Amino acid sequence: MTNDAPPRWDRKMQQRLASGEAAALGELYDRFASLVHGLAHRVLGDEAGADRVTREVFGYVWEHPDAYDPKQGPLRSWIATVTHRQAVSRLRQSESDRESAPEEIEEKVRAASAAARADYIVTSMPAPLRAALDLAYFRRLDYRRAAADLGVTEDEARRRLRLGLQLLSTAHPGPRAVTPPDGGSGRGGR
Amino acid sequence: MSGTNDPAGPGRRLPDGGNGAPGTPPRIPPPRSPAEDAPRWPYAPDPAPTPSPPPAPAPDPEPPTPPAPPMSHGLLKSLLGAWALAACSAEETAAVEAHLTDCASCAEEAVRLRDAVALLHPEDNLDLDPTLRSRTLANCLTRRPARIPVPEWAAPYDAETARLDALLRDIGEAEWRAPVRLGWFDGRRPAGRDTTVAEVIGHLMAVDGIVADALGLPTRRGCEKPGTPTERTEAFWSSAAAEQAPGDVRAVWRAQGHSLIRTVSFAGGGAAELDVPYGPFTLPLRDSFLDRAFECWVHAGDIAEAVHYPYAPPAAGHLHHMIDLAARHLPATIAHRRRTGLSGPPRTLVAAGTPGRTLHLEIEGDGGGHWHIPLDSPAALPSPDEEVAHVALDALEFCRLAAGHVPPEEAAAGQLGDREAIRDVLLATASLSRL
Repeated sequence: MTNDAPPRWDRKMQQRLASGEAAALGELYDRFASLVHGLAHRVLGDEAGADRVTREVFGYVWEHPDAYDPKQGPLRSWIATVTHRQAVSRLRQSESDRESAPEEIEEKVRAASAAARADYIVTSMPAPLRAALDLAYFRRLDYRRAAADLGVTEDEARRRLRLGLQLLSTAHPGPRAVTPPDGGSGRGGR
Repeated sequence: MSGTNDPAGPGRRLPDGGNGAPGTPPRIPPPRSPAEDAPRWPYAPDPAPTPSPPPAPAPDPEPPTPPAPPMSHGLLKSLLGAWALAACSAEETAAVEAHLTDCASCAEEAVRLRDAVALLHPEDNLDLDPTLRSRTLANCLTRRPARIPVPEWAAPYDAETARLDALLRDIGEAEWRAPVRLGWFDGRRPAGRDTTVAEVIGHLMAVDGIVADALGLPTRRGCEKPGTPTERTEAFWSSAAAEQAPGDVRAVWRAQGHSLIRTVSFAGGGAAELDVPYGPFTLPLRDSFLDRAFECWVHAGDIAEAVHYPYAPPAAGHLHHMIDLAARHLPATIAHRRRTGLSGPPRTLVAAGTPGRTLHLEIEGDGGGHWHIPLDSPAALPSPDEEVAHVALDALEFCRLAAGHVPPEEAAAGQLGDREAIRDVLLATASLSRL
């Protein structure tokens, strides 16, 4: 249920944040903190950095609830995008503080971004695809057993595994799957 | 001609995986053996043995079928996902790999899906630092002050319910049926009841319902009948609502908690003194939120213990308010115990509003402080000049006593002075507890 909050919830939440309701901020945290912290941790690989990004992301959302446009998609994916951007910029910063070579930094950023996007894709993909991947990969069932376990045909099990991996493969850079919105700038006129 | 396996039947030969091709055959990572440590499956034979060279064909779960016809391009393509996950049979694997050497589009997809598999890994299941919530929210509120703040007296409830919710997320549904022993002090002796994690959440929700009713929130399923905390809990446990999936109980409990916080935020300061009827007594709303926060923490501790999880005490400031609530209720509880014959009569009668015999309660550690408890009547004024006894307890020990988790005579308390007064106060503290 956490993954499939209706758009109405998103819009309502945005309104409540905009009107400065602290209780809404608490609910927002309760719903998304583990997503934010998990993605930040995937990019940065350290707890303290992930904590800091979590504070930053919620601070940003609380200060700029209007930066979210419900027409562009769910609040969840917008928050993931904000998190991704924050975490990657922190990674870049800490790598350049360490005076890593530029190519090395880019390589790290690339790998961390793909890993974080993959996490997000897995947690947001339709539950049937996720369940099939879970059985085949983590529980190591072959697709016939996975089909039996899911109560679907073998054709369907093959289809879900293939589709799930196809979705996941978009995490690799190439055609961009996630376009970060420009941060904090005001609304553009028409 | 290659080897012994001829799974595709007569008329079709499978090339050896990749090494016959002159060009650059796709690198095919060896598939990991499927299902080697998979749970036993009732209606399929044992997993394909994964032996050395000629892989034995996986037994078919269905009755024996005639030799399969050669696989079509469409079928091979549909197998790519399963192949990348090493989740198809040995002969399918061989057939796919053979196909990849002469189908460029499938080969391209195969590599892509194989790379995607490398991105899969178990969720880290990192436990969020429970203090991160308050730090994050505080940081937000300094950047932009709330126009509709959560009242200060509701903050402990907000924090404790969030902590319990995080614990429930971490332990997962498998542990919802774990047995939890709830204990309290019934006025004379320790009492207890065997429940489960799910029932404890139902209990918290049913009693939170008292506050929800006082605020006019919609009634939850299984919580229609008013009553004391115990009556409401029993009613919920025996209702059909108690049978819902544990995740649903958690969601309803959580949603009700969020509504409570939201409602008092909008109600503002004026609501703080609203009466909340518990049956035999009432509490002002602000105290009722503290009481619920305390119970939420205590039961979260019960659950954590049952599933062997660490669980920290509340923030010191919140703990202090909870202890203060208990200390404020001691005089009335002592009087109640006297009226019902559980304690001896007051030593002296004092007029309301005048100083009377006093016990100095010193609570040590985070959240602690000093309280002066009038012993003769709730209406008497405490007075340092009339101090007849001094009791010192650690804050967490005092909370364990007030939760009925340690019998009064066993509480680790430093004691000085009138022994009967001390006994009265320790028994009264334990008597604050209930189911």
